[in-house]
Amino acid sequence: MNKLSLVLKGIIKENPTFVLVLGMCPTLGTTTSASNGFGMGVATMAVLIMSNLVISLVKNLIPDKVRIPAFIVIIASFVTIIQMLMQAYVPALYASLGVFIPLIVVNCIILGRAEAFASKNSPVDSMLDGVGIGLGFTLSLTVIGAIRELLGNGSVFGFSFGISDYMPLVFVLAPGAFLVLGYLMALFNKFVKK
Amino acid sequence: MKSTLFNMVTVLFCITLVASAGVGAVNMITAEPIAASKQKAVEDAILAVLPAFEQSTAEEMTIDEMPITVHKAVNGNDLVGYAVETMTKSGFNGVIRLMVGFSPEGQVLNVNVLEQAETPGLGTKMCDEGNPLISSIKGKNLESMKLVDGRLAVRKDGGDVDALTAATISSRAYVDAVNRAYMAYKSVVDGTEPTDVSTGATKTQKGGNNE
Amino acid sequence: METVSYFAIILGSILVNNVVLAQFLGICPFLGVSSKVETSLGMGAAVTFVMSLTAVVAWCLQTYVLVPLHIEYMQTIVFILVIAALVQMVEIILKKVSPSLYQALGIFLPLITTNCAVLGVAILMIQKEFNLLQSVVYSASTAIGFALALTLFAGIRERLDFEEVPAAMKGTPIALITAALLAMAFLGFSGMV
Repeated sequence: MNKLSLVLKGIIKENPTFVLVLGMCPTLGTTTSASNGFGMGVATMAVLIMSNLVISLVKNLIPDKVRIPAFIVIIASFVTIIQMLMQAYVPALYASLGVFIPLIVVNCIILGRAEAFASKNSPVDSMLDGVGIGLGFTLSLTVIGAIRELLGNGSVFGFSFGISDYMPLVFVLAPGAFLVLGYLMALFNKFVKK
Repeated sequence: MKSTLFNMVTVLFCITLVASAGVGAVNMITAEPIAASKQKAVEDAILAVLPAFEQSTAEEMTIDEMPITVHKAVNGNDLVGYAVETMTKSGFNGVIRLMVGFSPEGQVLNVNVLEQAETPGLGTKMCDEGNPLISSIKGKNLESMKLVDGRLAVRKDGGDVDALTAATISSRAYVDAVNRAYMAYKSVVDGTEPTDVSTGATKTQKGGNNE
Repeated sequence: METVSYFAIILGSILVNNVVLAQFLGICPFLGVSSKVETSLGMGAAVTFVMSLTAVVAWCLQTYVLVPLHIEYMQTIVFILVIAALVQMVEIILKKVSPSLYQALGIFLPLITTNCAVLGVAILMIQKEFNLLQSVVYSASTAIGFALALTLFAGIRERLDFEEVPAAMKGTPIALITAALLAMAFLGFSGMV
């Protein structure tokens, strides 16, 4: 398979958010602003690339029956490592993403890719798959975050347009998350997915 | 690969061993930066509630089974004030942590919300500058305020602190944390056991004497 | 004071901070399973059972193992393994002890391991520094909130099946917008103190 297409397919054709509809919890929970969405996307991508790589390296050593528990331990370790690194070097972002960082463990995208791709393909391909899916996820989260931040708070990436008093706060609250994602997904269905 | 009991146990054990070793190693590397960034967060929080200072010393205590830290800030020999890291567990959604700055004379200089998980748009207003809670106590000596059972209270409970609109539980929790901060501040200044604002009942298990 | 705080935990986690509609935990089963009221009730019951059990085990592990050994950073790994093991155990025990209950809940059990609400609640209750009883009350009421949201949502979706929906909105998009309306209704509870 073409290496570039491996990366690109995760962004549109197999976009984890809009097409595969996976990992909805962080998608809705952390996209209160563009930078939060971006941070969450990058953290998830890092875990995904590492776990895909390691799982495809050790795939032949793991007995079938304990495959899932073994994957979970590997994923959980990388999540913990990312968690500690974020706590050390980007404490503000870590604080605002809160419980969703440890919850990367149960993000269906990661276990899903481990099962569907990394356990059957070469290490390099698996890493590229992680990059692609991770980029798609990061992109979706950043877009959703930017839209919610703009509509709810009148700013994007913390850059304020000075109109925050006139914007409906509901978009940064819970209903806004469902609403924005719902409409974005409908638009994606109409114009991108044929 | 075919599963046998032996290879299942061995593989899982090895993976867990390597994983724990890896996580432990990263923990050793990051333990210091994490501590440093926490330390910096504390220093920034103190600076937000006190005028500039050169040095601070911390004193830890436990009130109502909650850890409270009093930071004494000095400029050479001059006392700048006290910043009290206080908390409450009675927030609407769990723990609220505050940093409360007291002048050497005992007035509330400022309050900085360190951690909260209140309802967005309602309870979270406690973080805004000039919200009713902070306006009610800023610049005041808490002993000069209207107290209920020796403690600061919101208007609904007979005190004179203005609560946040539609967030009574959050407001009560905030006031509760400020009360605890004052108790800690008082006990450091007077060198006594922590007590209620108007030297009411002793709140620690150690002392039991009412003055 | 004590009873008030328990009341606040129960009310807060069922209605105000509803696990699905306000905290975004357990969205996958919320969107996936909730097309029929009956299955939603089954899923809700299974989650309540596992979540309460996890609360006890996770709390004890945190307090008596992780904290004394100063390895709190292993929390995520330990908790997810506990949940996975518990789910397996519940499945095996249920199969032996009560086949009828197993038939009702069985198919939902494997799904629970990857339900982030279970791990999320275990981590949150430690973060909130609850004691054992508070943790159990918190977990159980969160799970009830989950079941409530799931069942309400299923009720709406059963009717949605008979409506004409624009092609692009079919499936997940219209479900998300329905969830938005439900979340907005639940937002009304946050004024209630």
